Amino acid sequence: MPQRYVNIWFPHLMTDWFSIRRKELRNTAFVLAAPDHGRMIITAANPIAQWQGIAAGMAVADARAVHPSLQVIDDIPTQAEKLLDALGKWCIRFTPVTAVDLPDGLILDASGCAHLWGGETPYLEDLTTRLKNAGYHVRAAMADTIGAAWAVAHSVKEIITVIPAGEQREALLSLPPAALRLEPLVVERLLKLGLHHIGSFIGMQRSALRRRFGVEMLLRLDQATGMERETIQPLVPVEPYQERLPCLDPIITRKGIEIALERLLNTLCQRLQQEGKGIRTAVLKCYRIDGKIEQAAIGTNRASHHVDHLFKLFALKIDAVRPDPGIELFILEAPKVEDVTTSQEALWRDAGAIEDVGLAELLDRLAAKAAKEGIRRYVPDEHHWPERSIKLAASLGERPATPWRTDRPRPIRLLAQPEPVMVSAPIPDYPPMVFRYKGVVHEIKKADGPERIEREWWLEEGEHRDYYAVEDQEGRRYWLFRSGHYDVDNPHAWFIHGFFS
Amino acid sequence: MGGSKADIIAQLQRDILSLQGFRSTAKSTAADLGLGPIKHAFPNATFPTDAIHEFLSGAAEHSAATAGFISGLLGRLMQNTGACVWISTARSLFPPALKVFGIEPDQVIFVTMERERDVLWAMEEALKCRGLAAVVGEIKELSFMASRRLQLAVEQSNVTGFIIRHQPRYTGVTACVSRWQITPLPSELEAGLPGIGFPRWQVSLLKIRNGRPGVWQVEWSGGRCNLLTTPAIAGPQQPEHETRLRV
Repeated sequence: MPQRYVNIWFPHLMTDWFSIRRKELRNTAFVLAAPDHGRMIITAANPIAQWQGIAAGMAVADARAVHPSLQVIDDIPTQAEKLLDALGKWCIRFTPVTAVDLPDGLILDASGCAHLWGGETPYLEDLTTRLKNAGYHVRAAMADTIGAAWAVAHSVKEIITVIPAGEQREALLSLPPAALRLEPLVVERLLKLGLHHIGSFIGMQRSALRRRFGVEMLLRLDQATGMERETIQPLVPVEPYQERLPCLDPIITRKGIEIALERLLNTLCQRLQQEGKGIRTAVLKCYRIDGKIEQAAIGTNRASHHVDHLFKLFALKIDAVRPDPGIELFILEAPKVEDVTTSQEALWRDAGAIEDVGLAELLDRLAAKAAKEGIRRYVPDEHHWPERSIKLAASLGERPATPWRTDRPRPIRLLAQPEPVMVSAPIPDYPPMVFRYKGVVHEIKKADGPERIEREWWLEEGEHRDYYAVEDQEGRRYWLFRSGHYDVDNPHAWFIHGFFS
Repeated sequence: MGGSKADIIAQLQRDILSLQGFRSTAKSTAADLGLGPIKHAFPNATFPTDAIHEFLSGAAEHSAATAGFISGLLGRLMQNTGACVWISTARSLFPPALKVFGIEPDQVIFVTMERERDVLWAMEEALKCRGLAAVVGEIKELSFMASRRLQLAVEQSNVTGFIIRHQPRYTGVTACVSRWQITPLPSELEAGLPGIGFPRWQVSLLKIRNGRPGVWQVEWSGGRCNLLTTPAIAGPQQPEHETRLRV
């Protein structure tokens, strides 16, 4: 596929930005200025000021002398970069690969994009009209190389210029040497020699050009004509698994979003299926016409390229997408993709139903509404301390490394935090006779214990616990413990920790 | 003549049962849930596995007994098909204790939802999943509509559903097939031995569709319910030909 690049030049980037934000500035001459060696130097002038002969690089004092009512605004040093970054991201609706061209331009890799707009001229028209409506002065050019597009955009006084494929050399001939992105010194030397057009030196011997103007110039010349390849650094890295769906009319209904999502999922899953991969995480990005981006993200417990299942997961999240003025572009990305183990499904079904695909899909759906970390499965851990005797299973496939212990009684319901109880215990190291829990007095009839569980000193400090399983007069069974050793003076050391069935 | 009449009645009864959703699937006939004599309270003397069972529980001690009884049933149910989902708003179950009831605790997936409404939604979703052995939900209130939705989901998928209702305010009519109440009883050991014996419960089957409600006192030992005394039938015993078609 032939490469096509677009260069967008914003001749009044910063002043346009100020005019958009402050309406009163639109019809007055104003300049931006920054201090430089103790003087205020103009960094940008709006079109009205420029027309009155004020240009960037002048001192503010000189400009005031020419035009006393000139407004001067302090420049914000890094604003241009931020602004270009935002504009570049906005341009993602036209092509996935956009890059910033400092100080005041953007480069888009439009290869294979223009046909969606019905041609290259309508493509550029749509792009420039939108930017113009937003309040920016723009010049855009499309060519086979970044260099040619840049040269044309910066030199031709037309808003849109399309250089047909392969004709960039001819287009360059009549342009001034500055259009080649050369050092100011080199440009000056060229003009001094009377070489006012690229055409007057493009045919010269390369060795002669190199000797007089340096290697840099030859490189720029080659980049513009397409002899040398030039690359750009995309603002947003292009995900390898990504699908785009531009819309003719802005989408505002849920049904519309669902249709778009289904189409994207179909194409993406078809591709994943061919490669034997499945989605672990996916993000649906909705580009609204007012420049905002709405997102919905899903995650799965095991890699899946099952359209119905993924669609159900997204369906739970679509409500969060606010399409207020309308969505014009949908992008579905799969940042995390894993191999699908389809061949194992049948084997695992016998070994343990926990590997069931239906179950994994169910958990994905539940995860959308469950509390934070709301879906848990436990495997035994090698600790005696009750709270640490279990740990979360890392995945659905994790098997217990050690067998579950049944040698000691454990309550079926465990309190998240042991609660203090009042007891009367007659003899040291005997279970209490009576305890009071939540205002109810329980008379202990039977008891088992003590089972001493030491605190793991390498993890935390504190007293050991002596656990007793006790049963009261009505047959209710509890798990009590005494923290530390028996102490007559301290009856508050008793806690209830659980209920036996 | 009398014999043929009895045959006809028995045949009609089976038809009515099948119309009401009691299917004697391979799963339910094969599963002896260790209930011992309690199973005679159920229609066809088999525990209805494709149904929702409601358990009322009062204090925390009762909910522990209820969880124990359900775990006993789950242990048998999960032997056949595997995983179980336990849904609640706050997990209080301690997985290592499940091993005693014959459950592999790592085969139980605990789901914590933020609201009761979400618990019901999650239960319905889970009950539709054929790969599960059972679904347990812990909630407070259950409306007839919600229980009906759950029952319909179960009839599609043959998953057994258990609902533990903690201190419910209203215990009105639900579409659940049965209503139970489990309370702990003092355990007993052989004379002279110290400590606590096997768990004992009073199992009250308050309602059972097409069956006979009753109260039993059982001990959980050896992986099954062992009856302590002769079952005391609570309430009027329904004559078998009076089974009504209830939705």
